[in-house]
Order: sequence, then C-alpha cells, then structure tokens
Amino acid sequence: MNLSNLFRIAWKALLRNKLRAFLTMLGIIIGVASVIAMTAIGEGSKKSISDQLSSMGSNMITIRPSSNVNVSGGARIGASGLQTLKPQDVDAIAKGAPDVSYVSPAVQTNGQAISGPNNWPTQLQGVNADYFSIRDWGVSEGTPFTKKDVTSSGKVCLIGQTVVSNLFPNGEEPVGSIIRFNKVPMKVIGVLASKGSNAFGQDQDDVIIAPFNTVQRRFLGITYVQTIYASSTNENTSQQATDEISEILRKQHKLPANGSNDDFSVRTQAELISTMSSTSQLLTVLLSAIAGISLVVGGIGIMNIMYVSVTERTKEIGLRMSIGARGKDILYQFLIEAIMISITGGIIGVLLGILVSRLVTIFLSWPTFITESSIIVSFIVCAITGVFFGYYPALKASKLDPIEALRYE
Amino acid sequence: MAEKILEIRELKRDFKMGEEVVHALKGVTFSVERGEFVTIMGSSGSGKSTLLNILGCLDKPSSGDYILDGVNIKNLDRDELAVLRNQKIGFVFQSYNLLPRTTARENVELPLLYNSKVSTEERHERSLKALTAVKLESRVDHLPNQMSGGQQQRVAIARALVNEPVMILADEATGNLDTRTSYEIMALMQDLNKQGSTIVFVTHEPDIATFSSRTVTLRDGKVIKDVKNEDIKSAKDALNNLPVNDDYR
Repeated sequence: MNLSNLFRIAWKALLRNKLRAFLTMLGIIIGVASVIAMTAIGEGSKKSISDQLSSMGSNMITIRPSSNVNVSGGARIGASGLQTLKPQDVDAIAKGAPDVSYVSPAVQTNGQAISGPNNWPTQLQGVNADYFSIRDWGVSEGTPFTKKDVTSSGKVCLIGQTVVSNLFPNGEEPVGSIIRFNKVPMKVIGVLASKGSNAFGQDQDDVIIAPFNTVQRRFLGITYVQTIYASSTNENTSQQATDEISEILRKQHKLPANGSNDDFSVRTQAELISTMSSTSQLLTVLLSAIAGISLVVGGIGIMNIMYVSVTERTKEIGLRMSIGARGKDILYQFLIEAIMISITGGIIGVLLGILVSRLVTIFLSWPTFITESSIIVSFIVCAITGVFFGYYPALKASKLDPIEALRYE
Repeated sequence: MAEKILEIRELKRDFKMGEEVVHALKGVTFSVERGEFVTIMGSSGSGKSTLLNILGCLDKPSSGDYILDGVNIKNLDRDELAVLRNQKIGFVFQSYNLLPRTTARENVELPLLYNSKVSTEERHERSLKALTAVKLESRVDHLPNQMSGGQQQRVAIARALVNEPVMILADEATGNLDTRTSYEIMALMQDLNKQGSTIVFVTHEPDIATFSSRTVTLRDGKVIKDVKNEDIKSAKDALNNLPVNDDYR
C-alpha cells in the first residue's frame, strides 16, 4: 500500500460527502480564522503603540520630580507641585553625563493664543534648543530657536500644525507674524513638523514651543523646572545614561547614593514601551486563548463526525477489508481523512483570518499585524488536532472484524 | 491430474457462545481443482457461511488445514490474510457492496489500490479490461444508483476479476436478483469459467447448482454429498427458454 493510493482513497471518500466534510471543516475554519484575526489585532495594537512611542524619540529619558519616600508626617504632594528640579541640575547633567547626548529643561502652561481675530486654547512649552533633537522633531517652515534666544529670554516661538490651522485658518503665512499667548506677544519664527497624536491619543501638534527662560520667567514666574528631557547617545546606552543622571541628581540634591530617598524619577522610553506592550501582550494572550478554545471545539467536531462516519461506513470498511485492505490501511485512511479535513480547514481558516484582519483594518481602522508565527502555529495545531481527534475513530475502524462489518446493516 | 487450487482437510470451526461451544464445522474435507465451477449448497445452519468465511480467508479454522494456492493459512496473521485476499480471491456478495457515489470504474479499481505493485496506468487499463469482460465498457462512469441490480452485480464481478485471482468466491450472488437477471449472471459466470476462472459459488437455490460442474452439499457442519454434475445446463439456453416478459407491453 503506498501513500499516494491512501491519499487517493481518503480524498475520494471525502468527496463522497462534500457537505458533511465542509461542515466538519467549518469548526476548524472558524477556529483558525479567529486565531489569526485575534492575534493580528493584538499584535497590531502592540506594534502601533510601540511605533508611536518610539516616534516620540526612542532614546528619550524623562526626569520628573517625585515625593521623597520617607518624608514622615504631613500630606505628600503630587509630582507637578514639587519644585525639586532646578536649572542647575540640567547644566550638571549636560556636563557630567557622558552617555547623555542632549538635555533640556521643560516647563509648560496652558492658555489662550490669539492671532488677529482668531483665538485657540493651547499649551505653551518652554524648552531649550536640545529639545528638538531629543524629540526628533523638525520644523517644516522657518527655523528653530537658538541658544541665544534661550539665554536672552527672546519673545519668539514655534507653533504646531494644529495651532497653525486654528490661528491662521485662511492660509495666512504664520512665520514672521506676531501672536499673543496670555496677552504676551511673541514672534512666530517657525512651524513644527506634524507629529500626529501620541499613544494616549493626545494631539502632539497642539502646542506652542518657546525658549525655556521666556516661559519660565515671563509666563510662569518660577525658578524651578517641571520636567527634564534628555536623550542617551543611542538606544543601548539608555540604562547607563539613566544611572548617570540619577547619580548626578543625588549629588546635586545631597541625597543618599543608594537611591533610598530620591526626590526625582527617571523614566526611559524603553520602559514605557515595555509597559504598554505588556498590556497588549495580555490582550493577545487572552484573544488567542479564546481562539484556541474554538480550535479544540472544532477538533471535537472532527472526532464526533469521524466516529459517526466509521459507524455509518462499517459495511464499506468490511468490503475494503475483504478485498485486501489491512488494518493499518483502514487506520491510515481514516486518519488521513481527519487530517485532510483539519488541514484543508486550516488553509481556508488562514485565508479567512487574513481577510478578516484586512476588513478590520479597512472598516474599523484598527491596526492589525499578521505574524508568521500565528500562521505556522495554528497550522501545526490543526495537523495535531487532525491526528489527535482522528486517531481513536480510525483505530476503532481498523479493529473491526471484517465478517461482522460485512454483515452490518 | 489438474492442479489443486484449494484443499481443505478435516476443517473444524467452533464458536464459544457464553458457556456453550457451537460446532459450526465438524470436519470438512474436499478440494477444488483449477478450472472447476463448484457450488456449495446447504440450508441455513448447515455451516455454509462459516465455510465461506474460511474459504475467503476472513476467518481461520479452529483445527484442520486450509491450503489456498499452496499457502496454508493457519500460519498467517491478520495482515498476511488481507494480502492473500487481495491477491488470490475475488469476492462477489449478495448485496453487491459497491461504494455509493463512486463510479463503476473506481469501484472496480478498489482492490488494485491496496496493491502497491500496480501503477496508475496499469490500474486504469485493468479496470477497463475487467469491465469489458462483464460487458459494461459503456458504463464505466456510471454511479451504482444509475444502474440496475444486474449491472451492479456485474460491476462487482468485474471488481472480483480485476486482481486476477486464483478463485472467485461468490456468496449468494444471485440472491437479490430476479430469475432472468440471475440467469444472466450465471451465464456470465459460465463464460468466465470457460475462459479459465475457478469459481466457488455458495447458494441455497438448487437450480443455480445445475449450471455448475460440481456440487458440494453441507448439512450440520459436514459434507453429505459431493457430486460431479454430468449434465451441466447452459445458463444461456435457460435464459432463452424463459417466457417473454410482457408485463409492460
């Protein structure tokens, strides 16, 4: 008995019951398609989150003030109210951390921007010239401000795309015009390149960026720094850069070197990416689990039908045995039938899964990403399902007594 | 003396039915030579079916020998028996046992699919030849439910012929057919026998036995009669002598 004959026999037997074979397949098709589509949705959201986070600047390090852990007594204050970071800290980091390539202090305030008859509520950020390198943010028109603008508290600013469209709705030239923010006039020297919304859905283009000293002194009238942004020399040095920054800040703030009493927190973009990814990883696992269950249900469907089929075809089995089929020929025939059902179902399922993922992207505009591993894994699971759930019915068939089977009505 | 296709000696077959032991065959001895057309007769309970199962290598005797074409089946296991059935025996059943929704040709090809030595071309060629031998060459692609009972049985005979067996074993092959069609099948059997096929035909109808060259009669698990038929009737003549059926004229 050669294998091609066995496949031919199994194939013909399936063709004799096309509808039933298809209905049996349906369980597997739905199972596989849902595995593919679910993991594609899970992976897609994971990928889009990490893409968006790295668009913020993948080497970015964020330093914020934080409450001292062992301050005893009294109410602890939220991070935004803390005033522990100073402009001198920024200078110290710039000088003392070899793995930090750029560092910028940042302060921000909200207010109303006015240009002629138009006004728009937006956010004003004060940073230094390094900020554009840290955020990997260019200007689409005009020029960014310089160090001199920062030190001299120049009344210049760069505006984001959203601000442009709201303050200059009729296509007026923004560069060179004067806008007022909270009644203080500033000259627009450039327009920022579009960044889109960030991972949290916030519009990153709805911003006005001005020199740090200008915002800190003229708008806020404060002496401290709200946030420090820095970037490591490359992605691999972000840990060293973090350690160096922590060390410098502890020295600056005269805190214990073991980090037990830090009044700041240092976050890298990589950490944020892994936190966000682990959330959507969980989503992927949950979705796959549900899909996996439907695959098992499909497998049980195959087993059920194969049992019915063996009983229904008892006489056929008897005939095959009487004309020379050995027990293992019958075993293989039914096993191959089960595997053919599951594999064919698997192929259709993969195609359907890809189609569903596409439709989800087109009609719901959810990002989807089909991983090769999900296709390979569900395919292997299919084959195993076929063998596992097909084996017992096939074994039952192969053990039939030909005399009894021939007489079966 | 002609070559012995099968030889059985002191064949016994016992079945355990709970506590009781049923002796279905109580020592049967006979042999069949190449080219013979033997009918095995007997009423129900005579051990006819048990003998047929053993002759067809579907069952093994409790004691005694069965030598088919020089092979003693006592020493064979389940798989070896299957191979023997595939290569030496052509079964024809009372209820045809054709696979439904499968063309005549595919049904005939079935035994060859279990023989790995036969190539695809040879399989097609031999199945067509077998169908031609039963005069169904014009119906190769018909399905069983598109054919009459007699035609279906002829497909089954073609299936029995296709592996060129040493013996065709027919089990009440005319039992489901009317007299006219029965005679047609017997005429076909006689033709095949003339062309050299050895046929063992199990039946309980005495008039079927008159077409064979020899009749072995069983009763209560023993051979009670084993006679050569001196006056073999021609099934074709019998067919011609049948009154013309004018029911639907």
